[in-house]
Amino acid sequence: MLTLILIGFAASAIAPLIYKPLKNYFGWIAASFPLYIFLSFLSKYNQIASGNIIKETIEWIPSLGINFTFLLDGLSLTFVLIITLIGVVVFLYAGAYMRGYEHADRFFVYVGIFMTSMVGMVISDNMMTLFVFWELTSISSYLLIGFNHHNEKSRKYALQALLVTGGGGLALMAGFILLSQISGSFEISALYNLNENIRNASTYSAIVILVLIGAFTKSAQFPFHFWLPNAMEAPTPVSAYLHSATMVKAGIYIIARMNHSLGGTALWQDTILIIGAITMLFAAILSYNQMDLKKLLAYSTLSVLGTLTMLLGIGSKLAIKAFFIYIIAHSLYKGTLFLVAGILDHETGTRDVSKLSGLRKYMPITMVTAAFASFSMMGIIPLVGFIGKETVYSAILEVDYWGLFLLAVAVIGNALIVMITILVGFKPFWGKLISTPKEPHEAPIKMWLGPLALAVLGLLMGIFPNVFIGRLLDQSAISIISEKLELTIKLWHGFNFVLLMSFVTLLLGIGIYFFRLKILDITHNFKLKKIFKPSEWYEFLLNGMMSFAKFQTKVLQNGYLRNYIIFILVTAVTLASFALFRIENALKITPDFSITFYEGAIALIIIISTFFVITSDSRLKSIVGIGVVGFVMGIIFIIHSAPDLALTTFAIETLTVILFVLVLYKLPRYLKFSKPLSKLRDIIIASGVGLFMTLMVLYITSIDLTSELKRFYTDTSVPGGKGRNVVNVILVDFRAIDTLGEITVLAIAALGVYALLKLKLDDRGE
Amino acid sequence: MNFLLAIIIGILYGAGTYMILRRSLVKVILGLIFLGHAANLLIFTIGRLTKGAPAFIPQGAETLAEPYADPLPQALILTAIVIGFGVQAFAIVLFKRTYQTVGTDDLDKMKSTDELK
Repeated sequence: MLTLILIGFAASAIAPLIYKPLKNYFGWIAASFPLYIFLSFLSKYNQIASGNIIKETIEWIPSLGINFTFLLDGLSLTFVLIITLIGVVVFLYAGAYMRGYEHADRFFVYVGIFMTSMVGMVISDNMMTLFVFWELTSISSYLLIGFNHHNEKSRKYALQALLVTGGGGLALMAGFILLSQISGSFEISALYNLNENIRNASTYSAIVILVLIGAFTKSAQFPFHFWLPNAMEAPTPVSAYLHSATMVKAGIYIIARMNHSLGGTALWQDTILIIGAITMLFAAILSYNQMDLKKLLAYSTLSVLGTLTMLLGIGSKLAIKAFFIYIIAHSLYKGTLFLVAGILDHETGTRDVSKLSGLRKYMPITMVTAAFASFSMMGIIPLVGFIGKETVYSAILEVDYWGLFLLAVAVIGNALIVMITILVGFKPFWGKLISTPKEPHEAPIKMWLGPLALAVLGLLMGIFPNVFIGRLLDQSAISIISEKLELTIKLWHGFNFVLLMSFVTLLLGIGIYFFRLKILDITHNFKLKKIFKPSEWYEFLLNGMMSFAKFQTKVLQNGYLRNYIIFILVTAVTLASFALFRIENALKITPDFSITFYEGAIALIIIISTFFVITSDSRLKSIVGIGVVGFVMGIIFIIHSAPDLALTTFAIETLTVILFVLVLYKLPRYLKFSKPLSKLRDIIIASGVGLFMTLMVLYITSIDLTSELKRFYTDTSVPGGKGRNVVNVILVDFRAIDTLGEITVLAIAALGVYALLKLKLDDRGE
Repeated sequence: MNFLLAIIIGILYGAGTYMILRRSLVKVILGLIFLGHAANLLIFTIGRLTKGAPAFIPQGAETLAEPYADPLPQALILTAIVIGFGVQAFAIVLFKRTYQTVGTDDLDKMKSTDELK
């Protein structure tokens, strides 16, 4: 399976190389690549359908437990087949659709990466690899939404989708890490029998919330739904593929995949159920005033995603069955309808539904395709969408207490979807012809073949549900709820309450369609207040973050050297003091107070000359003062057995004073710059630093020190380094490379000094 | 003497900090020198002090017997002193050059390239 993934990425990389020379056939060539992956996985169909699981592990970072572990079971195979099958159609379609676009070759790179990552995601058993693929789909989605990057809206909404789904991805990863701490492994299959442990873990609520944030952002559930309609800025094949058929189902996939280990609690089930139901209803309602074909479809996608989420929340056998049928049915008809919308846009030049009418003569094949898909979407017998909706209704009816209420919600939501379907699937083709920006004509074969095939597949699945869906159903259910369904799928269940509800939905939908313009007139002036719109929350957060970044840059990076130093010192000293004071007895040391006369004298000289340097208003006096400090340092070194240090210090101090005098002698007197208040502030900070250092030295010197290095150097100095002055041997022998580095630094400093002194700045009038 | 040296280190660090926060570039350089002295003395003191016993191995002997001064901190400080001198020399000349070019030694007047509008 890793080979297939690698082939996928390699093929994506090759795409731009062969795009130009083979432009006319590129759609067919590109489609052969998802077809190959589709067939490779289809060949495993029998094996999986008879209850086997294929697992494959390739080590990646074994020390961290991160590996390419791929697992193919009913659930992942279903997703892989959907992804690659629709991939075939979309690639072929895009070959024709994208021809007019600049950089169409890049488009195929991005879509190729997307498809491969999506397949990788649904077959990953390792949570970290799953996360990597998950983020790859977010990134390719970003690149594809922003494909028309000269358009400001495209860029803005691409970023929006990336931030929302990417942020959710991070939450998901955090959830995964918490989960792995319970099971001790990143493998999802290691969680299978741990449901009990996970539910009782103290981190359970955190895990559920984090995982669900990841899933809800990706699958555009309320209140994260706003990015999906905005993502319609992408070229239509992308909307059909990523933003209706596959990527937006990734979140739902995660919920399904995690259900067996996280499910079974009120927190998990109710959250999913309620959020799903809200999304189902509100997304459908929000579509009522849209005129854009793609936006309409996007809202209906949201509604369906909500339904799917809700079904997982119900979690009964029947609900899982409905989930499974509905997800397949939706991918087929929604992919098709998006592609039909693309054809309409491409061949007539507009996507505005009010400007499209009577095109049946010009586009007969598209019309038939749209009709099949629309019947499926509306839930009309004998298409697969009918079975889907029937099962959804039956599953909802089973819910205790809330069943009838939820059913009402579902009927309203679906009636609105029926309205959308009429607008998208029928209105453009029937009625009187309205002239369009472009002379309408039928799409090329590359563009109608795929959608038509998907539409026909929807019909076949409806008539022979057991052939196409039935066999994988049981295996998928095992992956989701750990038990077999043992329910058969039938097209016709007889005349019953659920059928009546389907009928009501249809009538209601048609009714809404005919009164649509009147409803629009009434609600014309009604606008949702900003505070109720989650997209405004997003804007607020984003702007807030930007202004905060600006504010803190202004504070922290304000160009004043001393402010930088103050930040660094205060932070360092505060943290270090915190650490020092936490040590027990750190301040209960009794230092040796005994001092001799000359020690006292030395200390006095240093202190006096230090204050002299600080307070003096003459440069020369300050330099003399600092020279005195340096020489006393040398005396301290002599007293404490460090003659080499003393010699060096005397030499260097002399040089420093000479250099200072030579360079600074001619400059004017000090000017008073600082205000008294800032002086006070600096005195406080300086005293703090000084006090901390004193305390630290007292504490450190109160601990006994045994240095093995001291012994080592003195023992090996004569036999190893042939020298009797151990300090010198260390410098030129044991740490010779260090000394070499030091000499290099000096040489560079000398070069710098020389260059600065000799440099002629001609243009500055030097 | 530990106690006294600890106080001297504190004063040198305090003085260095205060000077490095001044607006005059010369004072900043003086602050740098103070901090250099303070750091050297810090390493020296926390490497423990020994009086009158430098790490010289007498002729004929193979090694030294305790007590004697730890040679390692001394070697490190020796390096630090020399590097410190390089830094000081460069800073002094850089200051001279800056003063000639900009005409001021006020750091606050040299911040314009970094300013956020």
